[in-house]
Amino acid sequence: MTNDTSVTPVLELSHISKRFGPIVANDDISISLKRGELLALLGENGAGKTTLMSILFGHYTPDGGTVRVDGVELPHGRPRAAIQAGVGMVHQHFSLAPNLTVLENVMTGTEPLWSLRSGTAAARRKLLAIAERFGLGVDPDARLGDLSVGEQQRVEILKALYNDARILILDEPTAVLTNIEAERLFSTLREMARQGLSLIFISHKLDEVMAAADRIVVLRGGKVAAERKASETNKAELAELMVGHRVTRPKREPTTPGETVFEASRLTVSSGGIERLKEIDFFLREGETLGIIGVSGNGQASLSQLMSGLAKPATGEMRLFGEPVTALDVHDLVDAGIGRIPEDRHRQGAIGEMAIWENAVLERIRQPLFSRRGIVDRSAGQAFAATIIEEFDVRGGTPASRTRLLSGGNMQKLILGRNLYRRPRILIAAQPTRGLDEGAVAAVHARILEARKQGTAVLLISEDLDEVIGLADRIQAIVKGRLSAPIAAEHADPRRLGLMMSGDWTSGDGVSGEGNSHAP
Amino acid sequence: MSAFLDIIASAGLWAAVLRIATPLIFGTLGALLSERSGVLNLGIEGIMTFGAMIGWLAVFNGADLWTGMLVAALSGALFGLVHAAMTVSLGLSQHVTGLGITLFASSLSYYIFRLAVPLASTPPTVTPFQPISVPGLSDLPFIGPALFTQTLPTYLSIVIALLLAYIVYRTPLGLALRMSGENPHAAEAQGVDPIRIRYGAIMAGSALMAMGGAFLTLSAFNSFFPTMVQGRGWICIALVVFASWRPGRALFGALLFAFFDAFQLRLQTVLGNVPYQMFLMMPYILSIAALAVMARRARVPQALMQPYRRGER
Amino acid sequence: MRLERREHRPLVLVVLSPILAVVAALAIAGMLIAAAGAPVLEAYGRILTGAFGTRLAATETLTRATPLMLTGLAAAIAFRARLWNIGAEGQFYLGAIMVAALGSSALSGLPGPILIPFLFAAGAIAGMALMLVPLWLRLRFSVDEVVTSLLLNFVAVLFVSMMIDGPLKDPLAFGWPQSMPVADHALLPKLVERSRLHIGLVVAIVAALLVYLLQARTVFGLQSRAAGLNPEGAVFAGVPLGRTLVKVACLSGGLAGLAGAIEVMGVKSYVTTDLSPGYGYAGIIVAMLANLNPLGVIAAALFTATMFVGADGMSRAMGIPTYIADVTVALSLLTMLVAIFFTQYRIRR
Repeated sequence: MTNDTSVTPVLELSHISKRFGPIVANDDISISLKRGELLALLGENGAGKTTLMSILFGHYTPDGGTVRVDGVELPHGRPRAAIQAGVGMVHQHFSLAPNLTVLENVMTGTEPLWSLRSGTAAARRKLLAIAERFGLGVDPDARLGDLSVGEQQRVEILKALYNDARILILDEPTAVLTNIEAERLFSTLREMARQGLSLIFISHKLDEVMAAADRIVVLRGGKVAAERKASETNKAELAELMVGHRVTRPKREPTTPGETVFEASRLTVSSGGIERLKEIDFFLREGETLGIIGVSGNGQASLSQLMSGLAKPATGEMRLFGEPVTALDVHDLVDAGIGRIPEDRHRQGAIGEMAIWENAVLERIRQPLFSRRGIVDRSAGQAFAATIIEEFDVRGGTPASRTRLLSGGNMQKLILGRNLYRRPRILIAAQPTRGLDEGAVAAVHARILEARKQGTAVLLISEDLDEVIGLADRIQAIVKGRLSAPIAAEHADPRRLGLMMSGDWTSGDGVSGEGNSHAP
Repeated sequence: MSAFLDIIASAGLWAAVLRIATPLIFGTLGALLSERSGVLNLGIEGIMTFGAMIGWLAVFNGADLWTGMLVAALSGALFGLVHAAMTVSLGLSQHVTGLGITLFASSLSYYIFRLAVPLASTPPTVTPFQPISVPGLSDLPFIGPALFTQTLPTYLSIVIALLLAYIVYRTPLGLALRMSGENPHAAEAQGVDPIRIRYGAIMAGSALMAMGGAFLTLSAFNSFFPTMVQGRGWICIALVVFASWRPGRALFGALLFAFFDAFQLRLQTVLGNVPYQMFLMMPYILSIAALAVMARRARVPQALMQPYRRGER
Repeated sequence: MRLERREHRPLVLVVLSPILAVVAALAIAGMLIAAAGAPVLEAYGRILTGAFGTRLAATETLTRATPLMLTGLAAAIAFRARLWNIGAEGQFYLGAIMVAALGSSALSGLPGPILIPFLFAAGAIAGMALMLVPLWLRLRFSVDEVVTSLLLNFVAVLFVSMMIDGPLKDPLAFGWPQSMPVADHALLPKLVERSRLHIGLVVAIVAALLVYLLQARTVFGLQSRAAGLNPEGAVFAGVPLGRTLVKVACLSGGLAGLAGAIEVMGVKSYVTTDLSPGYGYAGIIVAMLANLNPLGVIAAALFTATMFVGADGMSRAMGIPTYIADVTVALSLLTMLVAIFFTQYRIRR
């Protein structure tokens, strides 16, 4: 692909620096991209990838450095400049309007604002031509909200190409895709590179970086840590470059599972008239972790809501500590000593504007420990928060400071702390390390393993395969609201798990593929 | 039963429908424009009051009627600018800011009015817009007097509704407006400045609201008195939901609403034994009912009431 | 230039913000007074003496502040839980008409010490009932309660008008639409002889203290704040969202209804449709000026009452329309919003 190395790079970021207060987000970063090249930008969360891209697109003004497209310097802080120069961006969170059509989403901003009429017909022709050329078929008149996630991503790419982008930047493009969709995406990207486009994709997944990219730039702590040709490196080296030290995820010690504390059989959960979970079967045992793997949006949210006491099953049976129960209710769960780590810690796990101590006790506020006759015992609450801060190493706040000020990792430690401090009999952990840096991930993993060792039954719902392989004793896959039969962790390898996640369940029990609908 | 039919069959009812609908059409379109860009403007009630006062005052002081309308529109835009500065630039609560604008604009109207026109036993009047007959059409039996003997601002409101429908759905500006109200981040990323769009939409929308108010003093009546807007602004806010944020349906909704209002006015004379207050309550109760029916069905602009700050998600 | 969120809210700014807001509002309103050709400082001086210059004036100001405290609390408690009750005006009227109906009925045979608390409760319940309508519409149909509670104000006033023109009409009022007066022993004792100031002021201040304690110290206070700040997070933590909002709505509507009851029993003894010069709406301003703090409501209500009462006297002396008070108070709401903003954000270059 690197046939014309002598000419100027199509995109050149030179010596970019950006600080936010005391935090250095980008420190003297230089990257260049050649025509027809597929470059991977590899780094953990917080390595500075997003800031760098925001600078490229003029959303932030850098403290120093230049951005050049085809050798021409772009003015800072002008969002339009990069687009006009032919740079397109596909965000991880799509920048789309679900109520508008595909064509309307694509056309926004492409015509002079004060034209008396939109050139809809011409735009539709152009869109279809581009879709044809790169194999990105979508219905231009479909309402965007009715499309699947993979199709929405195609619209994002089409949007950039429609704006005559010659350079395309994709931010974690596979985060929301199934394996098959991701494979299809990368073949599209390679085809684009072959036709002369230049692409950068941002990722923290080693496999796809190795498989798809020509060249890899590793960012760490706001700096370029290394640059490698894909053919001259390997995953172990990249992982080390990315993290900066050898990754040691805690090892799971074998335990003998105790008695069954929770059992679900043929459980169905509906919301909004759609069956989100269909006749699922699973059980939890003391001192054992059940891992639920799956691609985002296959019913994980409903499962964690059900187990957190926020959703009721329509049909099916549940047994909690041997007793049949019809529905789980937040208070019953909390009182029964069941710990819950929510999927979205900012929206569900904590109330940012409230004090840390208030968040530590809110779910148990009715218990005599923290209130009497409706009057809150503030000192008991603050003391409890202080204990958690101490024992769970929550940094960056006192019991009285606002929770919003905590970093994601510390907020998660607070949530873990308020749950694990009481040695729960069951722990529901939904995406417990999503968006955390490697250090915080290790801390969370250690805590979950420790709880298991002490006899807690853990339900781990995660989209991170490595995490599930590392923590779980048994693994089930969730696909379109259905659960596969469990397999023992010893028999799990990425290939087999991949098949399970794609819905290819050779065992066949409990799985019939009809009546599929989109999970939330 | 025949009394009901008599009312519906009278041309006077239908003429009244258009007259009653006009301020609602202006107001609803104004609120709709603002909300399509993502900003709720509860300043509407006060802006209509101010428009009614300042338009009237201009004419009372010798300006011609259209200048009065223009003055009202400009004053509305000015209040819109305040609302935009507070809700768009500072991202303050759209609810509270809007209510503040309403309280400020209405009390300011009364203040200025009282300052300019000393207390008198009979309120001073101006010569309002006169009904114009459309040659040929006005002479048609029934339809003529019902539909073609309105004042010019009434026709203008209908033209604006159609024009707005065209702009919203058929022009790049309309698409930019909708995108700003659905996803301002996407708009920004595609080179549309949602902040400017919102400022423009709020100001233009507020100008329309003020024109709706001015219609009251320059066409429907000929004088200004406090509390004359009577919650019409809030009804417009409800009508926007009823119309599911579509200009064509807003026109229809305002007409439907006005029909019920005109109908109940005439019903009062037929059903003399029912307290008149019962009839006067109807518009408000009807608006609440319309909200209850439509709130979940309507396709709300996704970014409505969400402040947009550059670089903040 | 960009706005940056402050990590910590400086206490000085939080305390100063209402004062700065009021000063800014007075400055802008001063321009309007100047535009009317009057000396601004003298006008403000007269407002102050008009409100506090004599003993009678001071009692009048406190009398005016009483309903404002209650409607201010009604708004503050609701807004804290992000329940936008803009219907205090209607709730005020329903509370008032309820008291007029019961206080002039056969029930008025009850002795004063029983009748007065009973009428308080009746007025509060009437206000609650009206507030539960928009809340029900919100919970059942997802209707924004702002518009519905606003629209219900008009319905409530028309209902009152219907009552005082019909079944509750006072036959001795020379045909004027006004309700029958409540029994004499249902009237509130005066705090100061030969003034209108009545015991309702004490009720309002006690209510403010109670609401403060309720919010700061109780499970309900914590839960209602959580529900307002982050409903999804509150539900996850087991806060019963619907039930909490119902309680908040009852408190809010109840306080506004109580305001109406107290105004009838303390000042007017009967109901007309101009019983409230916009107490319900002014309550929103009072609540915002107080930064939703129940104790701050007392001070904010005093400021608002000062403007209203003082402007009456100033108006007579200087020929400035009394509406200047409404303008100033409304302006102070807008300036307060901006002031609160700058306690949370700062401008960075």
